[in-house]
Amino acid sequence: MPSLTPAERIASMLRIRRFEEQCITLSSHKRFPGHYHVYIGQEATAVAACAPLLAGDVIYTTWRNHGHLLARGADPGRMMAEILGRAHGYCGGRSGTLHLSVAALGIPATSALVGGNLPLAVGTALACKRRGSGMVVNFCGDAALEEGAAYEAMSLASLWQVPVLFLCENNSIPPELRKRGQFTSSTLPAKRLADVPGSLCIPTETADGADAGALGECLSRLAAEVRGGSGPRFVEVRCTRWPGSFPLWPELPCGPWQLDWAFEAKPGREDLAAWNEQSDPLSLYVRGCVAAGTLERGALQAIDARVREEMERAVQFALASPFPDASEAYGPVFAQAGQAR
Amino acid sequence: MKITFAEGLARAIHESLAADSRVMMIGSGIMGLNPAAQKAMEPVLNDFAERISVAPISELGLAGAATGAAIGGLRPLVDLSTGSFIFQAFAQVVNEAANIHYMSGGQTSVPVTFYSLAGMRGGGAAQHSHRAQAMLGQVPGLQILAPGGAEDAYRLMKWALQESANPTVYISHGMLFGESADIDPGAPMLPVGRARVCREGADLTIVASSITVPRALAAAAALDKEHGVSAEVVDLRSIAPLDRQTVLRSVAKTGRALIADECHRSFGVAAEVAASLAEEGLSSLKAPVCRVAVPDVPIPYSAPLEAELTVSAERILAGALRVLGR
Ligand SMILES: Cc1ncc(C[n+]2csc(CCOP(=O)(O)OP(=O)(O)O)c2C)c(N)n1
Ligand SMILES: [Mg+2]
Repeated sequence: MPSLTPAERIASMLRIRRFEEQCITLSSHKRFPGHYHVYIGQEATAVAACAPLLAGDVIYTTWRNHGHLLARGADPGRMMAEILGRAHGYCGGRSGTLHLSVAALGIPATSALVGGNLPLAVGTALACKRRGSGMVVNFCGDAALEEGAAYEAMSLASLWQVPVLFLCENNSIPPELRKRGQFTSSTLPAKRLADVPGSLCIPTETADGADAGALGECLSRLAAEVRGGSGPRFVEVRCTRWPGSFPLWPELPCGPWQLDWAFEAKPGREDLAAWNEQSDPLSLYVRGCVAAGTLERGALQAIDARVREEMERAVQFALASPFPDASEAYGPVFAQAGQAR
Repeated sequence: MKITFAEGLARAIHESLAADSRVMMIGSGIMGLNPAAQKAMEPVLNDFAERISVAPISELGLAGAATGAAIGGLRPLVDLSTGSFIFQAFAQVVNEAANIHYMSGGQTSVPVTFYSLAGMRGGGAAQHSHRAQAMLGQVPGLQILAPGGAEDAYRLMKWALQESANPTVYISHGMLFGESADIDPGAPMLPVGRARVCREGADLTIVASSITVPRALAAAAALDKEHGVSAEVVDLRSIAPLDRQTVLRSVAKTGRALIADECHRSFGVAAEVAASLAEEGLSSLKAPVCRVAVPDVPIPYSAPLEAELTVSAERILAGALRVLGR
């Protein structure tokens, strides 16, 4: 099974963070319309979940998909072009941020409906089972379990014993911070989210989303179990929401993440400093690697420089891409005969 | 008194909660992600917090629970949020709430209001842009209100919460929140089921509802100013009941009809109005009816693609000139 070196894990997490920072900057300059959701603070999860996946495996994601796509190998330039509604975006400008998909990478369709993807994941896992190869990872948020579709899907997965890993990213806002106008989530009365799939006889685990190393081990093991044919698994990954996504429109409270924040420096806002200290998977993992002597700060600076440059190029690519011609709006509504696989 | 669409909505909800202790809310995200409109809801949230049930992301359950609460003697307003999400709730709205009065032989009535923040809103893409009024129009037993301005935002919501005896889908629209009107709250309301002639004209009738009302009015003003054409604008106000008589009367006068509708073209509200004109108004028509509706494709994200499909004032104007043979 492919496994990541610490440097690779950091680079993967950092690519997501720098991509999202660019997104926030472009949005603050009004370069794209509509609401959008960033993945800052959850990077360790996407990276750990996608590392054990093979060609032919499938992931389903949500409105908060940027990190999942990058971790699966999507090109940041084409992703950003899609987010800006440009012709060179993966969906030709039809999806925007909400429905980003890359079929060639095993990301066939992205639903932005809460709970909408779980039934799809179960069906694709059924197809994997019939074919005798491949597995599915379904990413959802904590609110998904409030939807009946999620319950029905998990029930089917357990009944049919199909190879799907339900990965629930619980980034729920602490109640005292749940202000009007913000998206509420985790209004589920169950004490542990995992109690719901547990009652359907799906083996469950709970993992710490801020511990990138442990998460890597956990999700690789679960993927191997699912791939091995022992039926579905459910994992709740617990993340603490990054303070920059408390406002309705995400913002960078103290500018882009700084490598120094993993060490002696602190972001200049108290809530961000506390989050950086206790909950940021990137800062914590970087700090751990240096303390353990696995990596040196100089090497980390070089990784960061490379990643920054990659994401700046992605933005330039996206901005240089033209808007699609208006006539593109009319299709493709139906696949052509013979086009369906 | 000058109020906006959002203020009208909030005011109607506030007054209804104050007037009738059976009125209650399930969820309260009536104004979507619009901070200015959200401000208008603050009095409701402050004064009636204990009459608002917390709503998890469970549209099917919420719609059914609201229906059951109505059976139990309450008059609930349930927030089904973005218009597209009513599909998660369809089984309860369409196959439970709408059927109950009839199935029970009239024994049980269901005065519930489903609030749906519908429409193409700019960047909503395929899964957040639906306008379900035409689909819902296929459901006998449902009342479908589609206010196109601030006055009806206020009055129709008040009617649904305080007077209606039946399940009602209230089709709101995020692009209407800022529309304003001068209203006299003491004046009697044009009854539900009656369309409003909101601009009189002689050469052509433009039939509109919801977001197409202000756009039709803008097109009519431009027709007058730039082309010397006198257009009459009829605001349907409710899709069910549908006031065919007012439309027929207007077309009998003008002889020409254009229907501006944000539903998809096929089987849409415009299609129903056009069918009525074909059945009952053919002798008045001096030219074929024109539908300006959304082409039969999902709504794309990219701004120029969405604009291509939008029922804009410009497209209504161009359609009007075609009907007039110009
Ligand atoms: C069926 C449906 N209902 C409501 C929404 C609106 N909505 C978008 S994101 C969101 C919150 C989802 O929370 P969660 O599942 O915890 O995911 P997170 O955004 O926290 O990652 C809601 C309610 C939706 N997209 N789909
Ligand atoms: Mg969440």
